[in-house]
Amino acid sequence: MLRLEKRPVPSKAWTIATPLLAVLATMVAGGILFAILGKDPVEAIRTIFWDPLFSEQFAAYSRPQLLVKAGPLILIAIGLSFGFRAGIWNIGAEGQYIMGAIAGGAVGLAFYPTAGWYIFPLMVVAGAAGGWAWAMIPAILRTRFNTNEILVSLLLVYVAEHILSAMSFGLLRNPEGHGFPGSRNFKEYDSVSNTELIANSGMHWGVVAAFIAVIFAYVIMTRHILGYQITLAGQSPRAAKFGGVNPNRLIVLCLGASGVLAGLAGVFEVTGPAGQLTTDFNQGYGFTAIIVAFLGRLHPVGILLAGLLMALTYIGGDLAQLMMGLPKPAIQAFQGMLLFFLLALDVLTNFRIRFKKSEAA
Amino acid sequence: MTEKLLTIDGLTKAYPGVVANDKVSFGIDAGEVHALLGENGAGKSTLVKMIYGLVRPDAGNMTLMGNAFSPPEPRVARAAGVAMVFQHFSLFEALTVAENITLGMENPPKHRELSARITKVSHDYGLPLDPERLVGELSAGERQRVEIIRCLLQDPKLLIMDEPTSVLTPQEVEVLFHTLRQLSSEGTAILYISHKLDEIRDICDSATVLRHGVVVDTCNPREKSARELAEMMVGSALHEPLRDAQAFGDVVLELKGLSVPSATQFGTSLKSVNMTVRAGEILGIGGVAGNGQDELLAAMSGETPSADTTVTFDGNGIGTLGPNERRALGILAAPEERLGHAAAPDMSLTENALLTAAFRENLVKNGFVDWASTRTFAKRVIKEFDVRTPGTRTAARALSGGNLQKFVIGREVLQTPRVLVVNQPTWGVDASAAAQIRQSLMDLAASGAAVVVISQDLDELMEVSDNFCALNEGHLTRPHPAKGLTVEEIGLMLGGMEEQEAANA
Repeated sequence: MLRLEKRPVPSKAWTIATPLLAVLATMVAGGILFAILGKDPVEAIRTIFWDPLFSEQFAAYSRPQLLVKAGPLILIAIGLSFGFRAGIWNIGAEGQYIMGAIAGGAVGLAFYPTAGWYIFPLMVVAGAAGGWAWAMIPAILRTRFNTNEILVSLLLVYVAEHILSAMSFGLLRNPEGHGFPGSRNFKEYDSVSNTELIANSGMHWGVVAAFIAVIFAYVIMTRHILGYQITLAGQSPRAAKFGGVNPNRLIVLCLGASGVLAGLAGVFEVTGPAGQLTTDFNQGYGFTAIIVAFLGRLHPVGILLAGLLMALTYIGGDLAQLMMGLPKPAIQAFQGMLLFFLLALDVLTNFRIRFKKSEAA
Repeated sequence: MTEKLLTIDGLTKAYPGVVANDKVSFGIDAGEVHALLGENGAGKSTLVKMIYGLVRPDAGNMTLMGNAFSPPEPRVARAAGVAMVFQHFSLFEALTVAENITLGMENPPKHRELSARITKVSHDYGLPLDPERLVGELSAGERQRVEIIRCLLQDPKLLIMDEPTSVLTPQEVEVLFHTLRQLSSEGTAILYISHKLDEIRDICDSATVLRHGVVVDTCNPREKSARELAEMMVGSALHEPLRDAQAFGDVVLELKGLSVPSATQFGTSLKSVNMTVRAGEILGIGGVAGNGQDELLAAMSGETPSADTTVTFDGNGIGTLGPNERRALGILAAPEERLGHAAAPDMSLTENALLTAAFRENLVKNGFVDWASTRTFAKRVIKEFDVRTPGTRTAARALSGGNLQKFVIGREVLQTPRVLVVNQPTWGVDASAAAQIRQSLMDLAASGAAVVVISQDLDELMEVSDNFCALNEGHLTRPHPAKGLTVEEIGLMLGGMEEQEAANA
């Protein structure tokens, strides 16, 4: 009989090994899925994981895309990881990301066509504030009325999506856009355009912000008392209270941090790769970032790697759709498997499997 | 003389570091209501768990109705006619009464038949209960009826009840006693565990008194006064206080008319508690668990804030201050629950050292943790308090109870507190570690700190305390010098009698 036995101390080796094993298991299970769909599994896996980086035909386009896609994922996931470590479940980063893009974009559009170096920084600040304000709604409802932040933050995503569509059809619509929905194109407005910093690298300000966030989060989590309090509150709420941690302050702080970073990601995305506020500029990064946060074990460096990996499956997934005609839901299922296997294998970090004969009474 | 229903002969069960039951022997007749009396930790629970097949004895025999009886699991015990009502119910709130009872049965009958039987049994024994009601809607007393009826449907020969009245209102207690008397008159033996002496004198025919795992006496409780029973339970050989009366310093910490409503449904509210503790004094607070101990510690540690002037330190009101602000003043605490309250189970000893020592030991500078100093502090605790562990990186939950307790107490003592409040400092700790912890508390007081020891272990309190009060349902009695306090006086204080006496005087 198989038995799970709790380890006295969580295994360090398994903490590192489970993400790698999860990726391998996803490749195997995904391969089976693709085979059932009648595609060559080896080719499919190669198209997803290898071709975007190394194929002569695609790499020139795909490689910069890696940073373009990983940037917002990492930025949002770092913000989420604070709350997730503390047991505060912000599922609505997508909404904070959208509201950041709207707030930041609106500030930029208000200045049109003025030129000035100060406009872009102002937009960044407005974007952070927009994301923060949207995150404060679940935070205040939770601290004042003890509502569930999972539900509130998630439902606010749909509210944000409606505001986004109202904005791109109404208030922020391009007056010279011949009636098409969507704002002015930020790429054609030099003062606000978030262009590539190094040609053909995909590196834009959002990626820089993501790298800074990784370093910042690493220092907070390992060296600062706040990081300790966050971990403590997540592991043992009663001990945290005994240690003088104010749970409400932590909720406001963690939700605020993820709101700010999601808002930043929004403004960088809309001024850079997306270029325009439209009803579908957002790409669902806010939700995917949840997977990235867990895949990276809520650790800043892990999130950096997980963000890159997730971006790769996105780009490779697109490529596989294009080249092999794989249906989009199959790619999404493939990405979902990654989280599934990670969580399933996670058991091994805290438990060891023992084979034991059932005891005779 | 008729043969006993159940005979227990020389049952022994040892856990690492403690002998829970040492050669326990007694017998129960059919139809007898037999009390099992003892303090917390006396071994009552272990004993009934052995009878019910949850724990296997190391040595000794049981005989049930003339046959050797050694149930390897509760199912066998139930089949042999032993049923048990636990202190904590195991019921599903989302299911009905009948569905809950079905779940516990080996061969459940059809739903309608079972409902009819439940209605009949509940009617016969005066325990009104509708089989179709959801358990979630029932009161604690009604939930207990579900458990009792579940047992009665098995026609038990012996019914074990573990502190059944702790969740009941006085009216519900009356109903329960009526049922128990009826069962007893029909020949069902009842093993009744409690430390409420009046109840035992009311309902039990005989009593076995356990103390530190040994049978101290077997008697007829109706022939004894509550005072005599308390004396047996506590033991007449109380330790004389080892500490000489000494001159204390000024009052350091004072509680004035402190009332705190309970935070949880099952907690106890503090009711107008007055308490003073002076520099160099050890104040012992006795009482049975669940009488407000956790709440009292939280009110002093700052986890539960209160009105400013209800808690004063050196004469200044500090009721509204939080735990870390109080630590800065020198008020430290060690809660009862080691894992999850005093320490975070999955964190290392270094991280757990930071939990309470962060600010008082200057381990945080400009918001950044000085991990090297924290490790040094953790090492000091480990060394000076003889904590047996591979090192500071070990997770708290990997330590044995006694070692973790030494770490928790050491962590506070080494921060040179001006007031230290500890709750159950030696609960579940082996004898040598316990002695070490007590000695460190006495040394701390000798160095001029005020110490408050909350404990259920009266021996411990008599050993370390200068003054003694008792906590009873959220009321704290006046302090009495521990030296010269008799067992009767302690028994009366624990029973909450002292205040009435004072009122009459």
